[in-house]
Amino acid sequence: MDVIEILMSASFWAAAIRIASPLIFATLGELVCERAGVLNLGIEGIMVAGAFAGWIAVWAGLPLWGGVGVAMVAGMGFGALHGVLSVLFGLSQHVVGVGITLLATSLTFYTYRVALPEVSTPPKIEAFQVYEIPILSKIPVIGPALFAQTPLTYLAFGLAGALAWGLYRTPLGLAIRAVGESPASVAAQGLSVAALRMGAVIFGSGLMAVGGAFLTMSAFDSFFFDMVNGRGWICIALVVFGAWRPGKALLGAILFAAFDAFQIRLQQTGIGAHVPYQIFLMMPYILSILALVLMSRRASVPAALMVPFNKGER
Amino acid sequence: MRLEPISNPTLARRVVPPAVAIAASFLIAALLAMIAGGNPFQVFGLIIQGALGSKFAILETLNRATPLIFTGLAVAVAFRAKLWNIGAEAQLYMGAVVTVVLGTGAVAWPAGLLLPLIVVVAVLAGGILLLVPAVLKTRLGVDEVVTTLLFNFIFLLFVSYLLEGPLKDPMGMGWPKSARLVSEARLPRIVDGLRLHWGFGLALIAAAAIWVIDRFTTLGFEMRAVGQNAEAARFAGIPVNPVILKTALLSGGLAAMAGFSEVAGLKGSLTQDLSPGYGYTGIVVAMLALLHPLGVVVAALFVAAIFVGADSMSRAAGVPTYLADIMLATALLLTVLAILITKFRVRRD
Amino acid sequence: MVLRLSKITKRFGKVVANDAVSLDLARGEVVALLGENGAGKTTLMNILFGQYAADEGFVEVFGHRLPPGSPRAALEAGVGMVHQHFTLAENLTVWENITLGTMPLFGRSLAARGAKARIRDLAADFKLAVDPDALVSDLTVGERQRVEILKALYRDARILILDEPTAVLTPQEADGLFATLRKAVEQGLSVVFISHKLHEVMAIADRVVVLRHGRLAATRKTAETTREELASLMVIGATQSPEFATRPAGPALMTLTGVGTGTDMGGVPLRDVTMTLHGGQITGLAGVSGNGQAALSDLVAGLLAPTAGQMQLAEVQVANWSPRQALAHGIARIPEDRHKTGTIADFDLTENAMLEQYNTEFAHRGWINWRKARVHAERLIDTYDIRCPGPDTRIRLLSGGNMQKLILGRALETDPTIILANQPVRGLDIGAVNYVHTRLGEARDRGAAVLLISEDLDEIMKLSDVIHVISEGRLSPGFARGSIDAAGLGAWMAGDGFAEATHAS
Repeated sequence: MDVIEILMSASFWAAAIRIASPLIFATLGELVCERAGVLNLGIEGIMVAGAFAGWIAVWAGLPLWGGVGVAMVAGMGFGALHGVLSVLFGLSQHVVGVGITLLATSLTFYTYRVALPEVSTPPKIEAFQVYEIPILSKIPVIGPALFAQTPLTYLAFGLAGALAWGLYRTPLGLAIRAVGESPASVAAQGLSVAALRMGAVIFGSGLMAVGGAFLTMSAFDSFFFDMVNGRGWICIALVVFGAWRPGKALLGAILFAAFDAFQIRLQQTGIGAHVPYQIFLMMPYILSILALVLMSRRASVPAALMVPFNKGER
Repeated sequence: MRLEPISNPTLARRVVPPAVAIAASFLIAALLAMIAGGNPFQVFGLIIQGALGSKFAILETLNRATPLIFTGLAVAVAFRAKLWNIGAEAQLYMGAVVTVVLGTGAVAWPAGLLLPLIVVVAVLAGGILLLVPAVLKTRLGVDEVVTTLLFNFIFLLFVSYLLEGPLKDPMGMGWPKSARLVSEARLPRIVDGLRLHWGFGLALIAAAAIWVIDRFTTLGFEMRAVGQNAEAARFAGIPVNPVILKTALLSGGLAAMAGFSEVAGLKGSLTQDLSPGYGYTGIVVAMLALLHPLGVVVAALFVAAIFVGADSMSRAAGVPTYLADIMLATALLLTVLAILITKFRVRRD
Repeated sequence: MVLRLSKITKRFGKVVANDAVSLDLARGEVVALLGENGAGKTTLMNILFGQYAADEGFVEVFGHRLPPGSPRAALEAGVGMVHQHFTLAENLTVWENITLGTMPLFGRSLAARGAKARIRDLAADFKLAVDPDALVSDLTVGERQRVEILKALYRDARILILDEPTAVLTPQEADGLFATLRKAVEQGLSVVFISHKLHEVMAIADRVVVLRHGRLAATRKTAETTREELASLMVIGATQSPEFATRPAGPALMTLTGVGTGTDMGGVPLRDVTMTLHGGQITGLAGVSGNGQAALSDLVAGLLAPTAGQMQLAEVQVANWSPRQALAHGIARIPEDRHKTGTIADFDLTENAMLEQYNTEFAHRGWINWRKARVHAERLIDTYDIRCPGPDTRIRLLSGGNMQKLILGRALETDPTIILANQPVRGLDIGAVNYVHTRLGEARDRGAAVLLISEDLDEIMKLSDVIHVISEGRLSPGFARGSIDAAGLGAWMAGDGFAEATHAS
């Protein structure tokens, strides 16, 4: 049948992995922030800024990896602003995050208009190409799905492993986990709560921006205004779904992307003709809400998430 | 760095930081305008002129402020109770959809009955739309920020489906657009001949009503108590979850009024670009107003003036209109910081 | 001389918390820092530990000045602090909490095996039994304190500061702590021991430093002083502390029979609790914190409904139990945490005073009668001697004692039949303590039933006509005033009596 055929095809899984890649970057970025106790609602805007920054840098002549670097730096800049307001001043993380999203988005659109005043269609860049890993990519189904992707996708998977190791096996990871659970205990052990949280927010925001850059530099080769389109919010749901663990978040992103790829293909089948396309487009958002509801009972939220730390307070 | 509460802030301490915040956001905008090749004085001159320079401009600003007052109130009411409603955009469209469903001929009542009917149903529908995330929050602890945000995307797609399907105007030449409202469902103008509809009047009434609720009723007391300290409120016998749900109904209803007022007062029909993000801008309005219902009116007028002014400035000076969005985003961030500084002293030790 | 504090002054706004306080500590010495609540003990130690920076004066450890405001510098100089409120991350393991911050942050590995072995060695040396792999959230209060001490020892601390360490322990656990401290002193460590309990100070310290109103009041060698002298040095011109004589029991006003509670609120639930609150009596609840006091308090306050057993008020079976129900039945509540539960910080005194009656006394058909509310607040301010600029003051700006007086007044003004007093004097100075105790005594004499929950055994034994001990959610039988001593209660607090009681039944 149609459905089985879709699920068995390598191209379907390749698409799923491709769709998952930007989500993996951004979800891991959000995860790092939240593990340190900061809910970063700037994610949506930071992804927009990253998508634009990486793309325009390459368009202006930088090599592709240089573009990724520019995107990361742009994201880290917004992360630093978020950190100053939410960590150093302890302002509401909800309000600061929404403000950062509004600022990053409007600043991006403004810069776009200023940089490219006369264009009707945005220019294209020479995006990342698929790199087939020798031997591995020849494995049936799994090979083309996992090992015939662009370098950024490989980076996303590597990053998930590196973060899992970093969080659970290194002193810095322990400190980050602790600061999200009990900032007072971190301060009492002579570490700086502010520095750890600032660092986590800045680093995490950089990853979000790379997630955005994936869209313009790997998935597509150009920049459109509504290209991020709620992916940031979906990533926040994915962090909850992944129970704040890098490995589970990675699986969550792939599962989610598989659903997304599936609905795209379903649209082209006989069923698709009878169902309004909007229903398919809604699926990612509905799935995200379902994920939040399903995980709500067992999620192990970092205890100090959204709790600012003020040394003087008693 | 440490924050220390100030027992009795001086007048200067309460006024100067917010003023500096607004001034700083203007300054940042001026710098950006220069980068885009504009002369900042000319740019701001054009903004002011475009917003207030003529009778037409002023009316345009008041019209633009109308939905912002409603969404600003919606956000202020919710945020005061610490219900983070970021979904005013969806609730606005819900109000608009109800208006179109009831107002395009389905109910053949005279205006005096039809308009109140639409208002009641729109408010209820908008409220119920926010009730879903609110129940998920109170029952399951699902963070409402993400759910309300995701609802925005879902509902906009739903509107898109409606406009290409059931609500599509058969005479619309294929455009995704609803039929026009019957005249009984249109909000009249406040003064004949002036392009300002009663939606603006309703917005002012709503702001006053919210202020009265906030200040003089037990519901207002409950909402403030829950927002400030839910644990103490629960201990004192305030039914916290029911209060959050009531807040959700009120907030969602207010946002839906924005959609009703836009369709019934201004546009006459529903299209997919009815709102250029009024729901999100409502957050800026509410924060600039320090969540005070009467302040929302002032803040909405300010924000509307900047938007209207930026539109005409952009045409004349060639600086992108997104300058207005940047100004508001910086104003939002700097204002929350300024409010903090009015209440706390920052000490280094 | 291992430690020297020189002329430390610290101000918070207009309040001078420490006023030119100096202190020395020799190797192998135990110095007790004595003073009532608010005397500035904790502030002084937080300056020593670098959590606050002093406005004037300096700290010297082993002859080197510490840079102000740096806990890291204090830790590296060999100062270890056991805070009154533990600073442990609950979702991490014991060894993770202990090693946190002890390794270079950008190191490649946590070297877990070596760390755990070292923790086991230290634990054996200092009699601090605890499993390095356990999650902190699974530990008892006593075990958590051991982890705190291990944190300091793991870093080779030479100076241990303990802030009110026995407040959360059973008398037997406190003895264990003292044994550990003696062990530490034998090995050349020095100890600063903060307390307001005279008998402990006399038992453990070589020297006593008394703080009063932020100033150094006196220094005495333990061998050359008496409890009486220390008491008079600690407090000058204190109000008379009230006397409590036993009174005959009045009618049963609240009866719990085999009550159990659910676990969904978190914390330790009640298991098969049976007790009666009689009018005209103070019933004391003793126990180590976190043994079900919160559940019992929430039950009486209306926040928690029983999931098993019967709860009767006078003769009436309760139904739909809620805070409103509790208030309607004449139960007055003084919550454990006046900042988080008792008041709303940014509400003014008027609003806080009407908080429990906003919809009954002070409203009509949903409209609030602000004039009446304000008059009520003014009356409370007068009657209960609440020091404040007026009823429009935000309550955040009041001192703890005045905040507690408002809560007390709000509760007592309703002429309650049952009074729940959960830690009613925690953190208050001696004047406020006596005031609250006197008022509770008066309410008892008027015929109210008082349930007093406290971790302070002295307070429980002084006030209570009947004492129950709670342990792991189980309740001991009631002991009449004078029929049991601290050691006996301590045994029950440690859970000893319950097994026999179960066998007997």
